[in-house]
Amino acid sequence: MSKVVSALNGATAGGFASVREIGPLGMISLRAKPDVAGLAAAITAATGTALPAQRRIEMAGGNACAWMSPDEYLLIVPYDQVAGALATLADKLAGQHHLAVDVSDARAVFRLEGDAADQALMKLAPADLAALAPGEVRRTRLAQVAGAFWAADGGYTLVCFRSVAGYVMGLLTHSVTSGSELF
Amino acid sequence: MSTRLSKGGRLIDRTAACEFTFNGKRLKGYKGDTLAAALLANDQMLLGRSFKYHRPRGLVASGAEEPNALVNMGEGGRFEPNQRVTTTELFDGLTCTSQNHWPSLEFDVGVVNNYAARFLPAGFYYKTFIHPRFAWKHVFEPIVRQSAGLGKVPKERDADRYEQAYGFCDVLVVGGGIAGLQAALTAGRAGKKVWLLEQTAHWGGRAVVDGVEIDGQPAEVWVKTALQALERMENVTLRARCMAAGSYDHGYVLCDEKVADHTPGDGRPRHRLWRLRAGQVIAATGAIERPLSFAGTDLPGVMLAAAVRDYVINWAVAPGDRTVVVTNNDDAYRTAIALKEAGLEVPVILDARASVTGDLPAKARAMGIRVETGKGIAKVKGGKRVTSVAICAQAGQGAVLEEIACDAVAMSGGWSPVVHLWSHCGGKLKWDEARAQFAPDKARPPINHDGSAMVLTAGAASGLLRSADVLADATEAAGGGATPEAADASEGAMLPVWVMPQGAPVQLRAKMWLDFQNDVKVSDVQLAAREGYTSVEHTKRYTTLGMATDQGKLSNINGLAILADSLSAPVPQVGTTTFRPPYTPVTIGALAGEARGEIFQPLRRTPIHDWHMAHNAYMEPVGLWQRPYCFPRAGETHAQAVHREVKNTRENVGLLDASTLGKIIVKGPDAGKFLDMLYTNVMSNLGIGKCRYGLMCNEQGFLSDDGVVARIDEDTWLCHTTSGGADRIHGWMEDWLQCEWWDWQVYTANVTEQYAQIAVVGPKARRVLEKLGGMDVSKEALPFMQWADGVLGGFRVRAYRISFSGELSYEIAVPASEGRAFWDALLAAGAEFGMMPYGTEGLHVLRAEKGFIMIGDETDGTVIPQDLNLGWAISKKKADYLGKRGQERPYLANPDRWKLVGLETLDGSVIPDGSIAPAPGLNANGQRNTQGRVTSTYFSPTLGKGIAMGLVKGGLSRVGEVIEMTRLDGSTLQAKIVDPVFYDKEGEKQNV
Repeated sequence: MSKVVSALNGATAGGFASVREIGPLGMISLRAKPDVAGLAAAITAATGTALPAQRRIEMAGGNACAWMSPDEYLLIVPYDQVAGALATLADKLAGQHHLAVDVSDARAVFRLEGDAADQALMKLAPADLAALAPGEVRRTRLAQVAGAFWAADGGYTLVCFRSVAGYVMGLLTHSVTSGSELF
Repeated sequence: MSTRLSKGGRLIDRTAACEFTFNGKRLKGYKGDTLAAALLANDQMLLGRSFKYHRPRGLVASGAEEPNALVNMGEGGRFEPNQRVTTTELFDGLTCTSQNHWPSLEFDVGVVNNYAARFLPAGFYYKTFIHPRFAWKHVFEPIVRQSAGLGKVPKERDADRYEQAYGFCDVLVVGGGIAGLQAALTAGRAGKKVWLLEQTAHWGGRAVVDGVEIDGQPAEVWVKTALQALERMENVTLRARCMAAGSYDHGYVLCDEKVADHTPGDGRPRHRLWRLRAGQVIAATGAIERPLSFAGTDLPGVMLAAAVRDYVINWAVAPGDRTVVVTNNDDAYRTAIALKEAGLEVPVILDARASVTGDLPAKARAMGIRVETGKGIAKVKGGKRVTSVAICAQAGQGAVLEEIACDAVAMSGGWSPVVHLWSHCGGKLKWDEARAQFAPDKARPPINHDGSAMVLTAGAASGLLRSADVLADATEAAGGGATPEAADASEGAMLPVWVMPQGAPVQLRAKMWLDFQNDVKVSDVQLAAREGYTSVEHTKRYTTLGMATDQGKLSNINGLAILADSLSAPVPQVGTTTFRPPYTPVTIGALAGEARGEIFQPLRRTPIHDWHMAHNAYMEPVGLWQRPYCFPRAGETHAQAVHREVKNTRENVGLLDASTLGKIIVKGPDAGKFLDMLYTNVMSNLGIGKCRYGLMCNEQGFLSDDGVVARIDEDTWLCHTTSGGADRIHGWMEDWLQCEWWDWQVYTANVTEQYAQIAVVGPKARRVLEKLGGMDVSKEALPFMQWADGVLGGFRVRAYRISFSGELSYEIAVPASEGRAFWDALLAAGAEFGMMPYGTEGLHVLRAEKGFIMIGDETDGTVIPQDLNLGWAISKKKADYLGKRGQERPYLANPDRWKLVGLETLDGSVIPDGSIAPAPGLNANGQRNTQGRVTSTYFSPTLGKGIAMGLVKGGLSRVGEVIEMTRLDGSTLQAKIVDPVFYDKEGEKQNV
């Protein structure tokens, strides 16, 4: 797998919060209506998580499943288990109208950590972080590009498109600059 | 002269001296000074020249309303013009210069405009447009440009950093005076999430200067206690130096926090633009004192009465030794008392009112200050500084009764509530006769989606000037609760005075400044009224009243009252101009926030981007993508590089990073039906494993996008789009699926970025892939217009036999994470075959040689596929597709439309980009008729001559004809109409 390189090859930045590009992370975009027969079982079989409710992310070990829209879910598994998870979904959802595609390489993933990590996000996303419940995923924008994040393990995990990983890294680097704490 | 007093100054720290320079002069002030206070303490009363007449100007105010004292701040990367000295905190090492004068502040040649003032009345600017006709361009415009204007434009890149941040709260209180503090306390105690903003560095507003007592203690003590209480509340956020610039729908308020203006270079962001979303906005923004209109109002030394006492009490600065107070209300007596208490002379208080009996006048009289009632100022005398005032009866025409020597004048014409945040979003005002002010009409607030009031006002912003009323109003605005007791001196009624004296003749009115910054006088507004400007909005624009950087904070009410008087209409009937954000100017840096330099805009990079950068690629933007235009080698021009890349691709093998190509998966039982509607041809019958070129049109029939569609399995297709079109087409698909055909069973996914896609192009392409090995890429196993999954050189690939160059070509998709490694592997394998990468310009030339159209070159939103001879890609059998009915409209079905042809110059030269084909005669507008235009034009390295495509009336029916094409210089060249396929017409090379 040595030829597999994430968008920024694990770049980091620091300031009043720390930024790390992580990944590659296995990601599957699953489009299906929530009432599709066997959907919950298929997701559990693929990721080990429950079917997430609106705006929620369900986690199980390193795996996760996030609600993206009324008919879209994001499944997160280890990068080398995507093919297996796709096969599981195809098997469990056979005959049901759905679309499951590998988007692992289409994304960049960041971890934002530190006591004031939320302040860096406050500079980029028009999201009320104080109202972000545990286990809630927020699809929003990071300055000029689309992004999504959720709080986990004492920090935030951020997802954006791969082509703009450098831009998002630039945003985060600017936002965590020491001396620019909001409070 | 103005000077620093030996005692007092509640805001300054005399142990912390600051050195600064003004026009190169080294001056001293103290920590806690505003730049205005420090300049005054150094007897620097003359601070600038006015906009139009270049009259000497000094400080008028002590806060955000200051119209005159604007300076060029800082140097180099921290230079910024039009900075108000009254809101600039002094720091050690500050440098500033005065504006709008030449050659110097003391001696300004432009002042001749002052003597020519009778030729520069209201609207002169517009009149110069009209006659004599030639004069605007050759006489007036150069003069106006030279003599008008305030600060200089910064020349260097801004050295500071800026940022924005989003905040959310239940209650946003704007203004840190006693009303704001009380509102915040009330809302905070009720458990609301509260933000409290103060535009200056200090809390307490006017009450702490004006001797108010709250709960039996000086206001200052109460303010301190209130602040401590607020700081202890976890649900309250306090922000000083934070100005609410504007309020917008749904409780959105834009705020400019001046984080490090006073500590430049300390590494913090200079400004932070807060984008707050508040459930309720409480504007506790106070009130602004109005000037009086008398002759010579604008002389340095004439100041607002409240500002004079601010300087004395806050910064221990005396604006003058002998200050004449002129007023129409009791409040200004506070200034006289403060001056007297500071040991300064107040030779007289001139009160326009006939009788004066309140507590404050009584106190002033008791202190031995002479009070003249029914009197006013006929004229202020002096050059660059007040030297005396001539006194007259307010009721008369200005006959001078007495002249009194003085070096400062403190004036007060009453108070105007700061209603900006209330009014920005539609809150209505009502005229308060008693206080002569426009105050919020609480029955008609700006409203939320549910009809509730989005903004409430509290305190002086509501029009209330007594402390007890202010606090009660604030408590009520914040939801009710306990209100502290407040006591201040009782005040008698004020008298509206719009002109002083009442019967002033024109000679005096022409020296009564209303708008100091834009040099608008009482006589200008009256002239506008005489010339028929009855609307306050029109008068504003005609005279420029209130159009300067201070937006008429001092001048608007006086100006519209003069207009009302001139029109013999009541003031409320004339009304106010529209209040628009920002309240005070917000620097562009704050509005741009983080968006500058590397992160000015999101640049999209392919997985192979770093290789391109390391190999001298000349990049060009394609949408937000960065793509290599060409890869120049040492000593090569871009054109030479493109020629080499094209020839090598035709002769050997080229490599193209095509990762930006849009890729959208479309899947579902109705996917075929859906694609048949989206594309002009049929996609539902495409065989699995096969590829087909398709066109997409919008509903009007115009060509919108093109690309190759691949059938993946029974109910899955992959649609390639143009590089710039992927997001748009994906949105277009979802729009139809979600809004129109919501019952069709189709899902889409934009997988553009999942894959790095690399085109291996040229006669030796197959040999390169065979060298990598792993899958059969022969003509038999993978024929033209088919695709196959497999392995190449150990990489998981999907190879498409498609060609945009006319050569043998494979476009190979690999997961983006392996894109760079695969690119490297191809280069290594291709080395022995002469493989070279080529860029987007090479791609363009290759496709133009083949006569392939390019969306955005051959199309511009007005072109239909039929114009491009693409009728073969339009199904005649389908009942419908998007654009079908549009294309049947007579204008689009007209056989006379311009159609695609090839063009070749007779001399082999290249037709210039943008060239048009003129036709005989002129059109109805007297312009040359045209019969066509070029859409793509290149030098073809393969053919050794210029080739072009264009849209020409008659199209291919005119093959062989020679037409004229224009050059940029207006001359023409001759071009022959030919078939647009210049290279390999039979298509043998791509199908080997």
